[in-house]
Amino acid sequence: MTTMARRIAGTGSFYSAVVLLVLFAAFPFYWMLITTFKQDGDLYNLQSIPYWFNESPTMEHIDYLFTDTLFLRWLGNSALIGVCVVAITLVVSLPAGYSLARMPGRAAENLGIGIFLTYLVPPTLLFLPLSRVISLLGLQDSLWSLVLVYPTFTIPFCTWLLMGFFKSVPREIDEAAIVDGCTMVGAFVKTILPLSLPAILTVIIFAFTLTMQEFVYALTFISSSDQKPITLGVATDLVRGDVYYWGELMGAALISSIPVAIAYNLFLDRFISGITGGAVKG
Amino acid sequence: MAAVAARHIRKQFGDVFAVNDISLSVNDGEFLVLLGPSGCGKTTFLRILAGLESQTSGDILIGGENVNEVPPRARGIAMVFQSYGLYPHLSVFNNIAFPLKTQNTPRDELRRKVDWAMRLLSIDHLSSRRPRQLSGGERQRVALARALVREPTVFLLDEPLSNLDAKLRTSARSELKQFQQTVRTSTVYVTHDQVEAMGMGDRIAVIDHGQLRQIGTPTEIYDQPADEFVATFLGTPPMNLVEREGGSLGFRPEHFLPREMLNGSALAEMPFRIDRMEYLGSERILYGEIEGRPSKRIVTAKLPAHAASDQLRAGDRHAFAVRCSELHYFDREGRRTREGAVQ
Repeated sequence: MTTMARRIAGTGSFYSAVVLLVLFAAFPFYWMLITTFKQDGDLYNLQSIPYWFNESPTMEHIDYLFTDTLFLRWLGNSALIGVCVVAITLVVSLPAGYSLARMPGRAAENLGIGIFLTYLVPPTLLFLPLSRVISLLGLQDSLWSLVLVYPTFTIPFCTWLLMGFFKSVPREIDEAAIVDGCTMVGAFVKTILPLSLPAILTVIIFAFTLTMQEFVYALTFISSSDQKPITLGVATDLVRGDVYYWGELMGAALISSIPVAIAYNLFLDRFISGITGGAVKG
Repeated sequence: MAAVAARHIRKQFGDVFAVNDISLSVNDGEFLVLLGPSGCGKTTFLRILAGLESQTSGDILIGGENVNEVPPRARGIAMVFQSYGLYPHLSVFNNIAFPLKTQNTPRDELRRKVDWAMRLLSIDHLSSRRPRQLSGGERQRVALARALVREPTVFLLDEPLSNLDAKLRTSARSELKQFQQTVRTSTVYVTHDQVEAMGMGDRIAVIDHGQLRQIGTPTEIYDQPADEFVATFLGTPPMNLVEREGGSLGFRPEHFLPREMLNGSALAEMPFRIDRMEYLGSERILYGEIEGRPSKRIVTAKLPAHAASDQLRAGDRHAFAVRCSELHYFDREGRRTREGAVQ
């Protein structure tokens, strides 16, 4: 009986911990959700219970967001930037990671660490020299400046991640392909790439979410509303002076986080195997 | 004509010569084994033949043509790797078809060749499986089939049996040899296992520290080792070496027998003190030392299991002898010298 009781207590504490964690993680989303649909009166009334609707829900904030702001344009900008940055990152990181993984000697390891270190330099320092580069190229106040700048932090990390993954793919596989009639590039494309799908997916999700959440560079380089990505547009155009458009702000945040959340959930398993691939396969 | 010839191949990594001036040739249809301890340079040499590694100096000739500048894919070779190097994302059929696809072989011919290779190696029932669903022995056959469909001038095999368990290895060994005799393709086979080398090789090339120590038939290598390294690398237990004036004297444990078991006159008698005995079923191994003849290692004798079993006990001293014709003489540098030198 005592073992039974102990088991119940064990399961109970496990699930209460899980429930607490889920509440903690889900609370911001719940807050965004109810704020989006609350009437302004409800939002600003200090007497009402903040955790539920005291007046009937409303669509006015969503309406405003879609009709009176450039919200859709910002979403589109963010998506465009994300796709371009992901493409650039893959084009550079795949061959770079593969070369570093297959390079003989210690040089590759040191190079890899060097590349990773550049990822650690904070954007708050880098935006000064980069803004000079952007203005020299005549890209100021254009979303293309972000397409140019974001790879500076996605490429180092993704190269490093892919390098770790490629190292876990036995060298004999590409060598077999080279003996079997492929060029080095052919071997990479026909054998290594298909085996690296989890890692490639990880890179895509990682690069895309990083660009979706970036703020400092966007704020520095862009001032026209129609060029802004979602992070910047929401924060600058929906906070006017000391007036916060809370309903619209929360609605915009919620809508833009849904696709990322879905992507993560669909590919979570592969994402994890991409991140840990190098570690466990040895 | 030699299928493959290597001339003065050297490979330098920093200050170290991984391969130091190896010249050898593989005859048409021959099964040549490169034998040596781990890290002796045999795999590096094989990779140089394949073109996966470039030599620091020297020439490689395949089918009479110098292939120094020819990439691996155009050398007319096929290679089987230690862990087979199968493509995990492709089925067995597509693994075997891979080299043909890269050569843009027409579909009918491709199908015919792959089917033929799969039948020859009895893996036709596995054609739609993935490599991870196969056993070690099956993987090895897929790797062989993939090598076979290219119809290469030469097979290069890098320790293909080392991933199999001991029992499977024995059967895989005879299958592999039989397979090679069927297709009659020249083969270079790398191993550190002397049993594989003796059992499979038409000739064996013994390599140590990047140098070719001896090349010859298994009998030549075993009965007339060129130096102390070859003498002690082959044979279980290895050849006994005892000191003598001007070098050392070697004899195989199976030739070192109790005096009364040998007849004839040309015998070298040695008093043997037995320290320990091992009974191995079919034979007995005696460990001990020879009085008056210092040796760097324990001297061993290998006797049929029940021969003179009642006279020999651990701790005993017994008169042992070797036929003079079975003695090997080595000079101070460890090289074989002419027989009949001073004992």
